[in-house]
Amino acid sequence: MARTISFLLNGEAVEVRVEDHWSLLHLLREELGLTGTKEGCGSGECGACTVLVDGKAINSCLYLAVEADGREVLTIEGLAAPDGTLHPIQQAFIDHGAIQCGYCTPGMILAAKALLDENPDPTEEEIRHGLSGNLCRCTGYLQIFEAVRAASASVRKEGIRVLSGERGR
Amino acid sequence: MEAFTAVGHRIPKLDAVEKATGRARYIQDIKLPGMLYGKILYSKYPHARIVHIDTAKARRLPGVKAVLTGDRIPKIRFGFYKDNVPLKTGKVRSRRDEVVAVAATDPDIAQEALDLIEVHYEALPAVFDPEEAMQEDAPLVHEEHKTNVLKLPWKLHYGDVEEARKRARHVVKERFRVTWVTHCCLGTSGVIAEFDQSNNLTVYRNTQIPSLAQKDFMDALRAMGLGDRRVRIIKPYIGGAFGSKLDTYAFEYIAILLAYETRRPVCILFDRKEEFFATSTRQPAIIDIAQGCDAEGRLLFRDVSMILDNGAYTSWGATTPSVMMMPISSLYRVPNVRYHARCVYTNNTWSQAMRGYGNPQATFAIESSMDMLAEEAGIDPVEFRLINVNQPGEVTPQGFRITTCGLRECIEEVKRRLDWDGPKGLGEGVGIASLIHVGGGARVYKSDGCGTLLKMDDYGRVEVFTGATDMGQGADTVIAQVVAEELGLRVEDVRVIHQDTDVCPWDVGAHASRTTFVACNSALGAARRIKERLLDLASRELAESPEALILRDREVRSRRDPEKRMEIGKLLRKAHFRLKGQMLMADYFYDPANENLDREFKGNLSMTYTFGAHGVRVKVDEETGKVRILKYVAAHDVGRAINPMLLEGQVYGGALMGVGYTLTEQLIVDKGEVMNPNFRDYKVPTAKDAVAVETAIIETVDRDGPYGAKGIGEPGCVPTAPAIANAVYDATGVRIRELPLTLERVLMAIREKGAPNPVTPQPEGR
Repeated sequence: MARTISFLLNGEAVEVRVEDHWSLLHLLREELGLTGTKEGCGSGECGACTVLVDGKAINSCLYLAVEADGREVLTIEGLAAPDGTLHPIQQAFIDHGAIQCGYCTPGMILAAKALLDENPDPTEEEIRHGLSGNLCRCTGYLQIFEAVRAASASVRKEGIRVLSGERGR
Repeated sequence: MEAFTAVGHRIPKLDAVEKATGRARYIQDIKLPGMLYGKILYSKYPHARIVHIDTAKARRLPGVKAVLTGDRIPKIRFGFYKDNVPLKTGKVRSRRDEVVAVAATDPDIAQEALDLIEVHYEALPAVFDPEEAMQEDAPLVHEEHKTNVLKLPWKLHYGDVEEARKRARHVVKERFRVTWVTHCCLGTSGVIAEFDQSNNLTVYRNTQIPSLAQKDFMDALRAMGLGDRRVRIIKPYIGGAFGSKLDTYAFEYIAILLAYETRRPVCILFDRKEEFFATSTRQPAIIDIAQGCDAEGRLLFRDVSMILDNGAYTSWGATTPSVMMMPISSLYRVPNVRYHARCVYTNNTWSQAMRGYGNPQATFAIESSMDMLAEEAGIDPVEFRLINVNQPGEVTPQGFRITTCGLRECIEEVKRRLDWDGPKGLGEGVGIASLIHVGGGARVYKSDGCGTLLKMDDYGRVEVFTGATDMGQGADTVIAQVVAEELGLRVEDVRVIHQDTDVCPWDVGAHASRTTFVACNSALGAARRIKERLLDLASRELAESPEALILRDREVRSRRDPEKRMEIGKLLRKAHFRLKGQMLMADYFYDPANENLDREFKGNLSMTYTFGAHGVRVKVDEETGKVRILKYVAAHDVGRAINPMLLEGQVYGGALMGVGYTLTEQLIVDKGEVMNPNFRDYKVPTAKDAVAVETAIIETVDRDGPYGAKGIGEPGCVPTAPAIANAVYDATGVRIRELPLTLERVLMAIREKGAPNPVTPQPEGR
């Protein structure tokens, strides 16, 4: 059976007809052409397909597309600012060598975003826990942890800058 | 010498922005107009006669465009031993044998078509144990081969091992076993094949060997009666490789055959289960090793014999002994060496290259045995290694000419950072293991070359067309760094193009940790030709001799007269836009002066050799068998770190892959069937398992390396297993002789040891 759903995708309202059995991953990649979200296993074991739904990291391969109805979905394509400025987490992954083959990267970055949104100053243990659903075979994870720490610092600093800017106005 | 502006800097990987934003296109992301989806029906038996295949129902399914069986395709043979065909006829020899292939307009339809195919088999007796397969009455995997033992020449003997054994004061002899593990690339294997109207073939494939794959596919076209047609390989971004994409496989030929049959592009993408059971593994082995030393601890001999489970067909796994020879003959100074390896057909899965190419397996046995011999001789393991350490300038029994060698420094650094002689807590132990690997290419084919084409635009920017392959390791970035350094440009001025055999020159492939060494030397050769011409142009413009000119910060300048300078872009435009104008382009083919091994397996295989030592401190929980790594030091002689950040990434990633190999990873193969083809049951290290590897980078600046660099792609996973196993022994007194060191295996060993006597031998765990 098919039905029409509407949701917010990377900040834009979309209305789309979906089959009941489609995963959100299928909808994003095959129907909407957003191939930044990767399929690594198709069974929720590797995290490559991680996207954020209402701010929470989910495996889009296990999430039915119809469930996205009325929700807010963020994929890797929606993370950078419209002018191309990278999100601090993206920038930190680039600067700290956290990307090798890059196949796990979109999911890893979104998992890191979900983590930092909830906990802007995580400990090493919390970072490891927050990323434990996302496999990476290239990096050995250490530079990913570094990147998340650096992004955490820059997100917090950014927050302070905005605050003080408002105060000055 | 002035400080470098590009080399030695922690420059982010050039394609990292594309990857961080989801724009990088992998094979999974490519859709061609009219593309069909191919799927493969695999064997249900490890060994069976194919009695009858009924594809009628599948053919009638709407959307199905082609159904192929082995009897309907040309004779294409592939693999190192040419014992494999794309679709099997007569009989199947393993559970991963390809029997029928379909192409359909949609992946679901293709899957449905497979479900409609009926194959009638008649089961045959199978053999899964390589030692049993060597028996006279064992079932033959390939009848025409007459025996299950492959006719391969892996046998060497330097010096006189028997005589040395008699002289030896201390001798140890042991059997080790290593099992199947697999690459677990996050991006699975995939291919798209497409013919043009004139039957020229384009193949999109995440391959490590574009040039050799091109040749393989040309051979396939010849078998198809299209011998004069062209083949183009396009490499999308590669979602991990680690050796898994170093050969051509049945599914690629199947895609080509389906595309030819349907006249449409055909895509075959592996799902995760296929990636686990239908791609090739690291080579498993049974390793018997004996070593002996004199009273002072000097090694006198090493005697190794191996049985390799070849599985049903032959890919590069069967050639891993040619690399295993390297540590066997040349890790530490050993005057007398003997080695013999037999590869044996079974009805199991079959092996391929995987990071280290046999070296981790051999080093597990050698370095475990080194510790046992040290104990026998009553010498501290670190001291014992230093007594026998390789040295610069030596020639090893296999004929390797060691140029630079930082092994002593690596071992001493590990000892220091690990606080080797310091106090240990309850259940704690320390262990060390070393490595030797090729660091300056490896002449395993007739050519070890790599080509570069280089062109400059009117603004001082460069495009480098290289034969090299970037699969995430950073080849693109280090090539840009050395070219920028040589031409006085910034890294962002250099674009490296490596994705298309129609525009990129030949290269033998991304293997043997050779890309930094060979491809950077090749790029440097081309850059130097450009540099010479730039300096010649500038000397006329600036009225200065070329010798007095340097390229730096996008300028050409005189060393003597600061007034004499010109922006490189301006110089290029002046040369271009005039009568008889010129633009700068250069080519270079670098083929290192290394040697193929001769009939006795002697020869200087690589221009230089890389060394390293890993040390670990572990804590073993004697109640559960759990091995916890408290500290991990990885010291590597890298020649020079062209990009320390990417280099550390290679070491971190290699070491954690090694930790997986040591502690948790194994494909469980039962009667030829992979029982754990998923990430739930096959335990790849997760973020929680990541080990805080501490790197010690030793720069020996090799004379032949690009800016002194040696290869570093594989070494990180070579000594991990013995370093950990040695630490476990130090902690518990149990010697684990079989990988992985699972909780059960460690716990059983501790229990079997009983309390007081730490040297009681324990039975094989298999």
